[in-house]
Amino acid sequence: MNAVQRPAVRSGAAGAAVFPDSDSRRYRYFEPRGKRATHYEDVTVDVQPDPERYLLQDWIISFPNGKGAYTKDNTAALSSNWHAFRAPDQEWERTHYQRQSKIEAMVQSVIANGRKSGATQLFDKAWIKILQNHLGAWKHAEFGLATSLMQAQRYGYTQMINNATLTNSSYKHRLAQDITLYLAEIGMDIPGFDDAAGKRAWLEDRTWQGTREAVESIMGATDYLEQYFAINLVFEPLVGELFRSGFLMQVASSNGDFMTPSVISAAEANYERNLANAIDLFHLLVTDNQHAQHNKGLFQSWLGKHVALARKAAAGLQPIWSQPHSKPVQYADARDQSIERLKKILVELGLAAPKE
Amino acid sequence: MSGTLTLNKITAQRGIPVAEAAKRIADLGWNPSYVQEAMTFPTDYKITKAPKDPMKQVLRSYFPMQEEKDNRVYGALDAALRGDMFRNVEPRWVEWMKLFLAIIPFPEISAARSMAMVGRLAPGEDLRTGFTMQMVDEFRHSTIQMNLKKWYMENYIDPAGFDITEEAFGKCYATTIGRQFGEGFITGDAITSANIYLTVVAETAFTNTLFVAMPSEAARNGDYALPTVFLSVQSDESRHIGNGHSMLMSMLKEPENHLLIERDLRYAFWQNHAIVDAAIGTFIEYGTTNRDKNKESYAEMWHRWIFEDYYRTYMLPLEKYGIKIHHDDVQTAWKRLTEKHYVHRVAQFFAVGWSANFWRIEAQTDKDFEWFEHKYPGWYAQFGEFWKWYEKLSHRGQTNILFNSDVGYVYPHRCWSCLVPCLIREDMVTDEIDGKLYTFAHELDRWTAVEAFAGEYQGRPTPAMGRFSGRREWESCYHNWDLADAIKDLGFVRTDGKTLVAQPHLRFDQKEMWTLDDVRGHVLKSPLITLREMTPDQREAHLADYRKGFTINRCN
Repeated sequence: MNAVQRPAVRSGAAGAAVFPDSDSRRYRYFEPRGKRATHYEDVTVDVQPDPERYLLQDWIISFPNGKGAYTKDNTAALSSNWHAFRAPDQEWERTHYQRQSKIEAMVQSVIANGRKSGATQLFDKAWIKILQNHLGAWKHAEFGLATSLMQAQRYGYTQMINNATLTNSSYKHRLAQDITLYLAEIGMDIPGFDDAAGKRAWLEDRTWQGTREAVESIMGATDYLEQYFAINLVFEPLVGELFRSGFLMQVASSNGDFMTPSVISAAEANYERNLANAIDLFHLLVTDNQHAQHNKGLFQSWLGKHVALARKAAAGLQPIWSQPHSKPVQYADARDQSIERLKKILVELGLAAPKE
Repeated sequence: MSGTLTLNKITAQRGIPVAEAAKRIADLGWNPSYVQEAMTFPTDYKITKAPKDPMKQVLRSYFPMQEEKDNRVYGALDAALRGDMFRNVEPRWVEWMKLFLAIIPFPEISAARSMAMVGRLAPGEDLRTGFTMQMVDEFRHSTIQMNLKKWYMENYIDPAGFDITEEAFGKCYATTIGRQFGEGFITGDAITSANIYLTVVAETAFTNTLFVAMPSEAARNGDYALPTVFLSVQSDESRHIGNGHSMLMSMLKEPENHLLIERDLRYAFWQNHAIVDAAIGTFIEYGTTNRDKNKESYAEMWHRWIFEDYYRTYMLPLEKYGIKIHHDDVQTAWKRLTEKHYVHRVAQFFAVGWSANFWRIEAQTDKDFEWFEHKYPGWYAQFGEFWKWYEKLSHRGQTNILFNSDVGYVYPHRCWSCLVPCLIREDMVTDEIDGKLYTFAHELDRWTAVEAFAGEYQGRPTPAMGRFSGRREWESCYHNWDLADAIKDLGFVRTDGKTLVAQPHLRFDQKEMWTLDDVRGHVLKSPLITLREMTPDQREAHLADYRKGFTINRCN
């Protein structure tokens, strides 16, 4: 039997010996966006392989039509470098859980303290109906967007795109559940509160049918980037923010409700981050050195489809602004703000809002 | 004062019960009437019964729970550095982590992607929250593992190999088996891949060896980081197992699914055995320096986790639902691990090819020999001389073991199905697909590639089933290349442009480190291309000879 020559170095720690690359302490297979790779880049870039980069043997299992696990034609958009995108929110698992957990703690604290202080007794009666029917309906819209994004995160060509879509889905799922449990909990303190009314409104009330059609159109899209585009660049400013910021956040307190704005507020902060991610991705595509014109044309067609649906949805919601006793904000003002918001987003991308 | 009065009792308020909360959240979904969701994930399964959610957890409790788990993980990593863990860690172990951690983040994130597939296919909304949490879990696993790898790279004596990790993953002849594993979760029939292969078999059975057995061995080698991260990862798996089982139960309700379930359980069990046991068995048995005879061998752990726990308590009960369980496959896998030395042949194969790897492999020592012989009787007669050769040829100036005819090792054919080579020589079979000849490690691998991954199974059309594709035989990518040129093309060269990333030893001394010049002058051959180029008679003779195996010459 033999005996292996014992290594001279008795420590496994960095710096215990000097030899070629003993100081190579950075990932060196991708170009960082800035001077040095960020933590997010280190844990994200190239985890999803690409036959055009390092996947020597190509995809080794295919669908029956011959396509591999990830192909560029899952979207009609084109890019000369899909790998250029880095999510501005730099989300990875640790930051994601920290953020989501903080939101949950805040939401639960608001609800618990509000209920303890009997806050729901001060809610205006008409406002209670609004929460029951309309916030109750809205939770389904958020859920529909969440499932669309869950679907979309399967198809992106890079890990950066798919992870940004995945965290977007996670935020939406959380919000849909937060609203569900918030209504269930305040419902216990409000005699006669009908927890099933929201879903009925979502499925049957004329007010909500435009929104449902817009959401279902996003759910039914088969182009993952169209889903991501329609949600963050169109539906959210024209319908999502309109209802959350333009109505719930502004109208609740004057109707005796300080809880709902807090429950909803996290969604607005989430959207700012997801909007930044989306604008960065689509900006890369509309300024692509080979495919800018194609992409602009495509996005313009997506705008044509989804802006029309979102406008119809927003118009359908208009009667809700008339329902509270106290009306500190008018639908028209909120609507103007959302149109302005869309314009600002589209200016960033060199796109134009379709004419009404 | 009452002794039972607590702050909790004073401040408690009526809440919504967990089951009620889960029920209301499950009611978030609806059947679209304006636009139908496109069925973009093909499956040949019929699923009509909505699966139940066994865990009934909601995101409100999920996120804080995960943040707390993360806090423990990152706190432990900080503590490990403060405690100077790397001063006492065994480099033999950490080197194998270059391979393991190159592979595992891709299967993990693939599992996240696959949740889109089962989420869309499962009727009803009960399990949607379960799938959502699993999606975020897998995102957690992938990025937490990338973080661990970065941490090793920053603190371990030799960062080379960690620094090229995802590039190496796409190119290496060993990581190819990990790609087969990960792609299996996301490609082809959505239920075959995302439910049976991923959840019902990989997560329910084999994560025990991956994420429980392996961390134990890490701790024995002074590595407290891997157990911290991977036991935290494993704590998410029970929810995933619940998702998979619930989905399986709803599929069992349709008798026409039974044939497909039988097919997929068979494929998934065999391929998980072939791939996971090859990799994890090697890490545990050959990456360790701990030779305590009282600890369990990989085979013994396999018997506990896979045979007793999984086969007897999970697979066998499926028979009462009318599913044919292939008991003989489990027995065959067990025999491969014990009598046929499967893991040892894999370790030998990795060692023979060390120069085209991206981590260091150290020779086994006398102490190792004794332990192996104790745990696997007959081991020394088959592998002792090989490892003596390996040590002898680990010094620069010696002819690379891959091409050293004095050793007697015969480079193996690659299995077209599991992508581990045909290492148990007598079991190797061949067959044709679309008129082309392929080699397989075992009859079940042939069955997988030829019969299961096809457009028809036992007379039943299976249009959603995937296909094996790409340049699956790694060796054909470098057929007729000089070994040095291939290594350079792979990028497995240190930044001085000449020293190899891989080394056949743990001597951290530039003088001892092999360079491109030390391996130049040897030409790589694809066994498959070579086999196809033979005449039928030559081929028959070659295969008969191959199945007889080889004998390692005595090393003096």
